[in-house]
This record gives sequence, structure tokens and C-alpha cells, in this order.
Amino acid sequence: MAELTSNPVGKNTPRVDAYEKVTGTAIFTDDLPFGPGLYYGRLVRSPHAHALIKSIDISKALEVPGVKAVVTGQDFDTRIGLYLVDRPVFAKDRVRYVGDPVAGVVATSEDIAEEAAKLVEVEYEELPAVFDPVEAAQPDAPLLHPDLGEYKVANFIFPEPGTNISEHFRLRKGDVEAAWPRCAAIVEDTFRLPHIQHVPLEPHVAVALWEPSNQVTLWTSSQSPFAQRDLIAQSMGIPHGNLRVISPYVGGGFGGKAGVSMEVYAVAMARAVKGHPVKLRMTREEEFIGTTVRQALVAHTKIGCDAEGNLLAMETEYYFSGGAYNDYGVNIVRAAGYSCTGPYYIPNVKGDSYCVYTNMPIGSAMRGFGMPEIHWGIEQIMDQLAEKIGMDPAEFRRRNCVKTGDIILTGMKMPAIDLVACIDKVTKAINWGKKEPPSAPHKKRGKGIAIMWKAPAMPPNPGSSAIVRFNEDATVNVEIGAQELGQGAFTVVAQMAAEVLGVPYEWVRVSAPVDTKYSPYEWQTVASRITWSTGNAVKAAAEDARQQILALVAKHWNEDPANLDIKDGIVISYKSEREQPLKDMVIYGLPNENFEGWKGGPIVGHGKFMPTYVTNLDFETGQGPRAVVHYTVGAQAVDLEVDTETGQVEILKIASAYDVGKAINPDLVLAQIEGGAVHGMSSAFEALKFDERGRPLNPNLVDYRIATAADAPREIHGDIVETPLEDGPWGARGVGEHVMVQTAPAIANAIYNAIGVRFNDLPLSAEKIFMALQ
Amino acid sequence: MGIHSITVTVNGAKERLDVPSNMTLLQMLRDKLGLTGTKNGCSAGECGACTVLVDGEPVNSCLMLAVEADGRQVTTVEGLAHDGQLSALQEAIIEHNAVQCGFCTPGMLISAHALLERAPRPTEQQIREALVGNLCRCTGYLRIIEAVQTAAKKGGA
Ligand code: FES
Ligand code: FES
Repeated sequence: MAELTSNPVGKNTPRVDAYEKVTGTAIFTDDLPFGPGLYYGRLVRSPHAHALIKSIDISKALEVPGVKAVVTGQDFDTRIGLYLVDRPVFAKDRVRYVGDPVAGVVATSEDIAEEAAKLVEVEYEELPAVFDPVEAAQPDAPLLHPDLGEYKVANFIFPEPGTNISEHFRLRKGDVEAAWPRCAAIVEDTFRLPHIQHVPLEPHVAVALWEPSNQVTLWTSSQSPFAQRDLIAQSMGIPHGNLRVISPYVGGGFGGKAGVSMEVYAVAMARAVKGHPVKLRMTREEEFIGTTVRQALVAHTKIGCDAEGNLLAMETEYYFSGGAYNDYGVNIVRAAGYSCTGPYYIPNVKGDSYCVYTNMPIGSAMRGFGMPEIHWGIEQIMDQLAEKIGMDPAEFRRRNCVKTGDIILTGMKMPAIDLVACIDKVTKAINWGKKEPPSAPHKKRGKGIAIMWKAPAMPPNPGSSAIVRFNEDATVNVEIGAQELGQGAFTVVAQMAAEVLGVPYEWVRVSAPVDTKYSPYEWQTVASRITWSTGNAVKAAAEDARQQILALVAKHWNEDPANLDIKDGIVISYKSEREQPLKDMVIYGLPNENFEGWKGGPIVGHGKFMPTYVTNLDFETGQGPRAVVHYTVGAQAVDLEVDTETGQVEILKIASAYDVGKAINPDLVLAQIEGGAVHGMSSAFEALKFDERGRPLNPNLVDYRIATAADAPREIHGDIVETPLEDGPWGARGVGEHVMVQTAPAIANAIYNAIGVRFNDLPLSAEKIFMALQ
Repeated sequence: MGIHSITVTVNGAKERLDVPSNMTLLQMLRDKLGLTGTKNGCSAGECGACTVLVDGEPVNSCLMLAVEADGRQVTTVEGLAHDGQLSALQEAIIEHNAVQCGFCTPGMLISAHALLERAPRPTEQQIREALVGNLCRCTGYLRIIEAVQTAAKKGGA
């Protein structure tokens, strides 16, 4: 029998999902059995970046034996979207990117559906397209959404009807014009980032069943089962109680499986073949272009400091390429706006952040949610400023980075964090300031640093809830609606429940899969919010159960509950030293004296959490008392070599430190830090490429390379800083996204340190670096 | 399309199956035998999620036809543990927290297993090369490499 772990919070307990995952028994959506009645769907996608749909002829497709239905935009009247309801279920009168779905074919096999999809005849009239966000924001640009003014929109998002601007966030603080003359050094530059894709190893997959009774079930690989239920129910006119979303393990999300992307098509197709489940899975090519991508960005940024190295002013314009539909993207751009300075205290700021419709794939949430994009430029400018005034870049950051209690750019007081400690940890780990020799004469070695911040970007009031219930033997089931994406959410909530209940960690089970019919509500598994928000709900639920237990036993013993505790599954009294095993009471209760009746009953604890203090921000200035719930901060330093004969970069070491408040499971935090560092490194070399008509050129894993085992750095050194968060469970705050935010600029700064060349545009590539060296 | 009758040994058990000529080994394992531990990440030989052993050699089962497996021995992730006893590699992956979402893990385990059978004491470089066809977006690979080293120290796959 394995050892039991008491008081697991803060310990490296093994993952609850590891055994299943190493034996191949963990169930993912595509693994679920549906029997011979299962049909398959394929989507018909637009070959044009921008065109009017003149007609769609589905008759030939319907004649193919085995085809059960073909649905098009004509079958649906509504749109769908999270913050801005701008996406038709299927394109109706116009297509807005290469890959925009115009029809869905349902057949008895994937092959038949594929074959029939080719027979759907669509007549298009091509329109001028626009791909660059700066061009698309001009008044004379081709308009993608003439009806923008009619779309339903969240009250903190501000589209500009009559233009392609779906969101414009303004930040105004102090007086930048008055500050420039006082600056001893100013750097102004333009930075560009391409579209990149999440590349989860598991492509999107959804199975929908629309029963004749109008009960609808959707099985989906999703970060957002509840948000999907809400949005699809609204869009398809299904009462929420009739729509059930079941989501097994997710094979990697990184934001790509947040909100609704292709899942609604499965439901739409299932409606046409009631009683038959319909499976829709994305090919790898569709994963690249037909789900969502990280938005491209053009950033014009100007920052100045005085001779002592104090930042004085910043002016910035961010033009995000939102793609064809910006239902989720608008909030990324808002986040980039209210955090536009990066993790710095700057007294005078003018920031404009634009989300712009372009005839590109749909831009949406990706790990970091706007922050990797804006930090790319900011963190390079900070190095340049430091160089101009002759200050060490790490010291420059220590001086200017946000500190606890600062009134930051939105007027909010910075909650407790320690970014300086993070900088100290990474500089120590990388031997900062010590020039080290390259491994060969044709190589150059360099070190670079970058820091970051990120707040959970979400509506002001996203809720979490949890249920904790006992089994007969005092093992515990924790029910949550948060999802296990690999980040370790299930493990961490099990630790929290065990800690509060006083039972061994090994006694706790997490009820899975997430099922909106049975699981308690959770907004979405996004924004690095689960350890914090769901954690608070689980802690509250466990405390509720604990109170019930202690009250019952106290009554039984005629003692004060304050003298009782639960240790390793046994209620003990510090006063009378009596003991009561949980297993004898958590279901059946306790007998009265002489068995004259019973008291208690099955113990079930409930808990919830919702932040209540976030305020809207002023439309003109972006000012308000509380823009966000909190920020997580961190630093990274990189040691690398550039091969001057090939332009190849070899990352020798990445040092990475984050202030997580409290590491509930330190090794899982380090696992995030390592995985994120490689994800961040990989992202610096990734780009989706398109031809001049918006057609994707590299939507496969050979031409779009992600980091492999051969590319991973030789060493990643992780450090954890713990400055407790006021409303975090045991002080914890999230870190899942932060770990990749500043890796690309840290690499760029190290490359500059090695070869003296700066790169304003991603992706980096050996060819580009080699050319720059000539 | 022809249907072929094949005999194949999967995780030690002999199976007789009728498979269409265009069915891949991956489809056969998942859809015919219900062995869903082997994953499909690309159907194109680019991600390694579908890696299985055929006569001891790691192959991308999405690229191999089921009929080609006729008369051969196939091992999938489900065949690595014996009587509930995890292999040294599986234990090491757990011990190092070298699994996150778990979607790459079955293929990764198979490739690492093949490596350790071939080279019981691999260098770090050999491990990296053996796993280069198995993409992982979550872990950053270093923990997986360490897990393979740990398993090697404990005496193999
Ligand atoms: S599914 Fe076979 S290599 Fe990707
Ligand atoms: S653990 Fe998720 S892809 Fe490897």
C-alpha cells in the first residue's frame, strides 16, 4: 500500500491523472464509443478571403449514397459570440477568410462526407480583401462587417460601426507631451508579430446528438463546457437545461479550446439528423486555419526615461489583426490596452489598442492573451533605453518595475507582488553580468533578460463553484466544472480539499468528465484563473463539509467544535482526546445515546467564488478603481549561442522565476515554468504564412515547425517566489500562461547581446539572423 | 474496395480481423480493437502521437496500412504494463511529472521504449534524437528526457 499524504498543500503530490495517462486509459473525446448509429460531418470552406455568396447548390452532394444531410447558412438565422456576437453559424451572405465554413455535410462515414463536401457548389463574387491590421483600420478599407452596429456586445467593449475596428481601448494617464522634453533617452520603434497557432497535440473534436425530444448533448474537447452551453444555447435557441456539454480530458488547449469555435457546427449538423450523433473532427490543416489563431500585431511604441533611468513616458498604438470574427479577440485587445505598459510604473501614458477585422483566420485566446504580443516590443525597448543611459538592463528593470501598492496605469493600486525578487532569482541563476565564452570560434554567446505581467482578462464577475461529498469509507469526491488541460487543475483541487478536510490526499477523487448536467458551474478554464478561483470555491466547499462534521461530532460529544480537529480522516478532540473516524459517520451519521434515534446524514459541502470588486473603466481614459482582479509577475533570463556561419540559435539555458503567491504543488509549478519556456522559445520561431490572396501556405507540422526534443534548451532553471495574494487560496495565484509571455523578447535581447543586431519582427529564423550578420 | 482477412498479434494476443484495404493500422487499433490509447494528432506522420511498435520497431501507425500488419507483432501503450505493474518508463514519467495533457504520452512512451530496448544506456543526445518525431506542446521535453534516463538507470524499458 502506498504511503498516505497528510496536509498536502505545498507538497509535490503525484498527479491524479498520471496513471490513466501513461497507460492509455485516459479518455479523450475522440476515444468515446458511439456505436454504429454515429454519423460524421465535414465542413465546406471558402476558398476566398472575402467574397459574397451568390448561391449554394447542395443537390449533387445530397445524391451521394450515405449522405444524410447538408446544412448551410440559410438554415440558421442567428450569430454566435462571447463578447461581440459577430459570427454567423455558417457564412450566410458573405465569406470573410479562406476557410470560412459555408456548409456542413453529414454522412455515414468521414470519407463519404469528404467526397460529398467537394460536390457542394458555391458561387462567389470576390470582394477586395484586407490582411494588414493598420490598412484595415483606415476609413477607406474594404469593410468586413457592414452590420457591426447591430451586433450584440458586452458593455465594456466598444466597436466602431462603419469601420473595421471591433474594439478601441484608450488609456490616458498624466501628460505625455509635457514629459518627452524631460527625457534623456527616448526609443521609438515598430514591432510586428505574425499569426501563430496553439498546436495542441489533440485536434479539435466534437460530437453532437440532437434527440427527437430536443434534448441536445455535445461531447467536446473544451476549456469552456459551460460557456459553450451558454453561447450555443443562445445561438441555437435551445433552453440551457436541454443542452448538456460533456468534456473529457483535453489534449492541450492553450486557449484554442476556449469559448466556441467549431463545436457549434457539430450541433448545427446534428439538428438535421435528429437521433444520430454526429462527429466532427478537425484535420491538422483545419486546426491551423479553421479553428483559431493568435492574432498578429503591429505595435508602434515610444518610451522615454530620464538620465537616472526613471521611466517618464510611454506612447503606444497596438493594431491587432483580429481576423474575420472578433467575438473573443476584442477582449484580448482590451487587455493589451489596460496593461499596455507591461510591468512598469510609468507616470505618463497614452495608449491606443485596436482590434481590427481582417480577412484572416479567427484570432482568439492564446496562452498569454495579448501579453506575449505587447511584451515583444516593450522588453526590447527597455533594453535599448538602459543601453542609451548606460545602465545594466536588469538594474533598469529593478528600478522601474511595478511594486506593491503602486498606482498603476489604470489608477488601480497594485496588489502584493515581488517582481524584484524574480529578477534577482533569474540573474543569479544565469550568472548575469558574467561574459562566458562560446563553445566554438564561429559562435557568439549572449545573455538577455525580460520581465512580464499579466492579469486574468475576463468579465468582472466570472464565477466558480464546487461540491465536496463523502463516500461510505470517507474517501471524497470533489466536483468541479473546471477542466484538466494538463496544467494540473485536478491535482491541485484534490490537494486543497484534502488539506481542509483533514483527510489524506490519496482519499480524494475528482469527478470527471466535466458534465454541465452534473458538474457545478464554472465560467471557463482560461486566464490562469483555476487555482485561484476554482481553488477558492473548493476550499469553501471543503470548509462547509468540515463545519458540518465538526458541529455534528461536537454535539455528539457535548464539546465545543473549536476544540475539535480532523487529522488523517479522524475527528479528534484536543480537550477530551476522544477520536471519531470519519468513515463511521460521514454517510450514516451518529447514533444518539442508547440508539434513541440518529443525527447527521450524508455530508455534502458546497462552495462558490466570484470576484465582486472589479469595476468598469472610463471609456475615454481607461481609468477606474479596479481594472482587474490581480496580476502575476515574473522574469526570465536566457543564455544562448548564435552560430555566425549558419544563423542558428542554440538556447543553452533559460532561467525563469514567477511570483505565484503560494505554490500549492511546487513541482507542478516548475513543470509549467519548463513547458512554458519551451513554448515561448518555440513561438519566437513560429509563423503562419499566407499568400497575397490570404491562402495559407504552411498549415501542417512539417512547414509550421514547433519545438522538438532536439530543440529544447539544455537546461531550464525554475524558481518560485511566494508573495501571498490577498484573496487567493493559501495565497495562490495562477501562472499557467505567464510562463511563456516574455521568452521571445528575452531571446531577442540575448541575441543582441551576442551579435549586436536587433530584430523588430517575429519570427526569428536562422536565415534572417544569418543575413543580418553579413 | 477489398476486404482482407489478416492475423495480427496485438499486445501478445492473436487477433483475426477483416480490414478494408485502405484502413490504416491506427484506425484498426482504435476503431476495430477499441485500443484508443494510441492517438491521432495529424494522420500524416508528422506528430508521433500514433507511434506503436511493429515487430519491435516504432512506426507511425497512421501511415501504415492494417493489411501490412498481417502476420506481425504490434505493441501499443496498452501493452506496456503487465498485470497492473507499470513499466519502469511509465513509472519514471509519473515520478518526473513528465506528463501534462497526456495526448503525446502514449507515442512518447513507445518511442522511448524502443530506444531502451535498442540502447539500454542511451546518452542524452540519443534520447533527444529518438524522441524527435514525437511532438509535445506541454512539457518542454526535459522531464521526459530525464524520465528516460531514470528508467534506464533502473534497468530498462
Ligand atoms: S497521427 Fe500519426 S504521426 Fe501524427
Ligand atoms: S503532454 Fe501534452 S502534448 Fe505532451
